[in-house]
Amino acid sequence: MDNITILLDAPILLVQLLLDGLLAGAIFALAAYGMALVWGVMNIINVSQGEYVMLGGFVTVLLAEAGIHPMLGVPLVALLLYLLGWLIYRLVIFRIVDRDLFISLLATFGISILLQQLANQIFGADVRTAEGELGTSFLFNGMVTIAHIKLAAALIAVLTGGALWLFLKKSRLGQAIRATAQNARAARIMGIDTDRVYATTFALNAAICGAAGALVAMTWIIHPYFGLVYTIRSFMIVVVAGLGNLLGVIAAGLGLGAAENFAGFVLGVEYQAAFVFTLLVVILLARNLLLGRKRQYLK
Amino acid sequence: MTTLLEVQGVSKRFGGIVANEAISLSVPEGGIIGLIGPNGSGKTTLFNAIVGYYPIDAGSIRFEDREITRLRVPQIARLGLLRTFQQTRIYGRMDCVHNMLISTPHAHQGLWSMLTHFPREDREKAESLLEFVGLYSKRHLLAGDLSFGQQKLLEFAMALMNEPKLLLLDEPTAGINPTLINGIIERLQRVNERLGITLLVIEHNMSVIMNLAQELHCLSRGRLLASGTPEQIRTDQRVIDAYLGVQ
Amino acid sequence: MKRAPVYEYLLITGIGVAALLIPWLLPNFITQFTFLWVMVVFALTWDLLGGQMGYNSFGNVLFFGIGAYACAVVQRDSGLDYFTALALGLLCAALLSTAVSALLGAGVLGMRGHYFAICTLGLGVAAGEIAGGWEYLGAGSGMVTPQYPGGIGERDLFYYFLSLTITGTGFFTLRRLYQSRFGIAINAIRDDEDKAEAMGLHTTRYKTVAWCVAAFFLALTGGAVGNLIGFIDPRDVAFSGATFGVWMILMAILGGKGTIWGPVLGAAVFHLTQELFWNFLFGWQRVALGALIVLIVVFFPQGILGWVREAWPERFGQCVDTDRQGGEETR
Ligand SMILES: Nc1ncnc2c1ncn2[C@@H]1O[C@H](COP(=O)(O)OP(=O)(O)OP(=O)(O)O)[C@@H](O)[C@H]1O
Ligand SMILES: [Mg+2]
Repeated sequence: MDNITILLDAPILLVQLLLDGLLAGAIFALAAYGMALVWGVMNIINVSQGEYVMLGGFVTVLLAEAGIHPMLGVPLVALLLYLLGWLIYRLVIFRIVDRDLFISLLATFGISILLQQLANQIFGADVRTAEGELGTSFLFNGMVTIAHIKLAAALIAVLTGGALWLFLKKSRLGQAIRATAQNARAARIMGIDTDRVYATTFALNAAICGAAGALVAMTWIIHPYFGLVYTIRSFMIVVVAGLGNLLGVIAAGLGLGAAENFAGFVLGVEYQAAFVFTLLVVILLARNLLLGRKRQYLK
Repeated sequence: MTTLLEVQGVSKRFGGIVANEAISLSVPEGGIIGLIGPNGSGKTTLFNAIVGYYPIDAGSIRFEDREITRLRVPQIARLGLLRTFQQTRIYGRMDCVHNMLISTPHAHQGLWSMLTHFPREDREKAESLLEFVGLYSKRHLLAGDLSFGQQKLLEFAMALMNEPKLLLLDEPTAGINPTLINGIIERLQRVNERLGITLLVIEHNMSVIMNLAQELHCLSRGRLLASGTPEQIRTDQRVIDAYLGVQ
Repeated sequence: MKRAPVYEYLLITGIGVAALLIPWLLPNFITQFTFLWVMVVFALTWDLLGGQMGYNSFGNVLFFGIGAYACAVVQRDSGLDYFTALALGLLCAALLSTAVSALLGAGVLGMRGHYFAICTLGLGVAAGEIAGGWEYLGAGSGMVTPQYPGGIGERDLFYYFLSLTITGTGFFTLRRLYQSRFGIAINAIRDDEDKAEAMGLHTTRYKTVAWCVAAFFLALTGGAVGNLIGFIDPRDVAFSGATFGVWMILMAILGGKGTIWGPVLGAAVFHLTQELFWNFLFGWQRVALGALIVLIVVFFPQGILGWVREAWPERFGQCVDTDRQGGEETR
């Protein structure tokens, strides 16, 4: 709790925390957008969401070690993850799309463990980061620092999200994806190849998660086990924002980033993950209370 | 006859759709009352409102002179106000006897009763009710393996097992083989007379409901259009117009 | 309810006798068998919710962990002699865990489907993270349970019979519960909870009791396992989602969800496979675990018993339509 006193003594720190939180939140929102896409179109909660973020991060680190600047690596990472997502769809996901939700939850949970442990075996459990120094700005007499790379990362997150949004809005395939989300059976009758739609959706999700992972790797640190936290963050954001609400996802993502950063500062970083998971439980409980008050008759 | 259920000025909106608008009707104890109306006129919505599926926007619902507008579904069910579902809901992966047994009244069950076995009377009652609806030979089948019509009958038997005072039936003859419909009517009447269960029945089949009910209420576009004896309803011009889709 | 068939009594007697003799028949494998009993509790308690009630929890390991820590804390701080402290510890573990499950249950069990699953997942991980930062519980470095006052052989024997007792009690409790009104009620909740509510069933009450029963036995097991391993790590032992936490689910599914024998069988098969092959995988065990989950869930979700039942439905008390004419129906 000492940290609260520090905050009171130097309120300018609030600005710093808020800023860092918002910049991280932009990346959370990107991954959450992907989860909302898969959830909305395929009715699958992808528990392996965070693992694509993690893998994207590791690819970026490897590229950086090979001398490619992480920002330039982003498209390549996205492409690789797209292929991985497509492969996983073809191997596993297509078998579970129409099955009950427990099967899809558990299967993606299995994939999550698989990828996480593979990464652990291949890359080791150490904490890694991709060097991409771009200089730093100082504001308020140096009380507030902004690493340019974080700004750039947030900008890339916004651009990637925007590109995906445009794709869904404008392209033929994007329209097919949205039609499938509305009503898969009707879409099938209209001649839409829903299998292809699902494959694309799943692969696209992996790709944007990969991009998010690249941004995490260049602004923060990565290790094989951080996937689950990203899955949970994405889930929370989507639950709060609601499916198919892009602005809500952005707002919730930024809010979560800021809240987490404050909590991490006040409680200590060792409790930051605990905060995320506890917040999840609290949010779900609150949602349930609200719904319970006006329970709708479903089905 | 005393009034068992009293619905007063009930309104329910779903976003822009007005599903029920200021509906008032009452169900006398011991009666068989019909609820008719074209598709989408708000009949099922009224049932849902009565048994507590969602909060209503306005109005009040009283059961046995007790305000139940704010009670929840299971509480209302335990008071003896039960409904069956238009889509038919049974416990698909349990056999028919178990479906029946778990439908025994829950109102007076304490914590310990959950650890007890079902008494012999319950099993006998379950079997005799299954016999009553004609499912005795299927009693050990999984309920999910029954045909739609059989599930409808099972659901009806489950409702009887629960010993309700008032039973709301949502289209009891839908999906039942026409040759069996007379059997259904007769059973409903027997349930009403012998077991003393008051019935409020949604029905699209006019000949069924005209034969069965003592009093009918007709909904149209969420409003109560007309009420009266079957004879009055049959000849009511507004009802005829509503069914023919005249504006 | 249904009268149990004779071969079930034979099976129970057989397993019981074997279980009592194992320490002398296979003395070298006593620890493995101790863990087999632990696995059986894991699978059975998971199945109580997941299989019988349709509430697929990803975080039941929470109660295991609470039990492990509560027991260890009592042992550390009570100042009593070993066995008294252990007994008191187990009791506190069970009570605390049951209380937590009752409290949580009121809110968490109101969720359905995805939300329940993810919420329990969050609960399990959150508990591990909190324990990992809490000095009183030894934070990230965990807790060491007290030394057993006696030889290694005696210690193994003691914990073997302790686990066996917990497992036996758990098994018979659940078996009795499944035969009573409770069992049918939670099956009804699994099949259609809205319908159960519409019929006036006290759903919240049944769900909470089910969770409490699971929590109770998991906590006892947690207390025993903490002492058995001699060490409690917050993330790798007590609240380990990636081992115990998923094993529970996997074993129940492998054996066959929603039966009493399925989880027992699943635990046995899984544990045996693990003991036989795991060591050959050199660190790739958890990769294999992930792959195994995917394979079982995608290709074999009905489990061994479910598969047998599909092949020979009559053997399992499920009647096939004997009377296709539908006698009374056409009357
Ligand atoms: N949960 C809901 N959310 C939104 N709209 C609803 C909901 N339930 C019902 N409605 C709408 O309310 C109106 C009345 O529906 P209701 O099911 O009560 O009709 P009904 O009289 O039972 O019709 P039917 O004879 O076809 O069963 C319909 O327009 C329906 O679309
Ligand atoms: Mg209807």
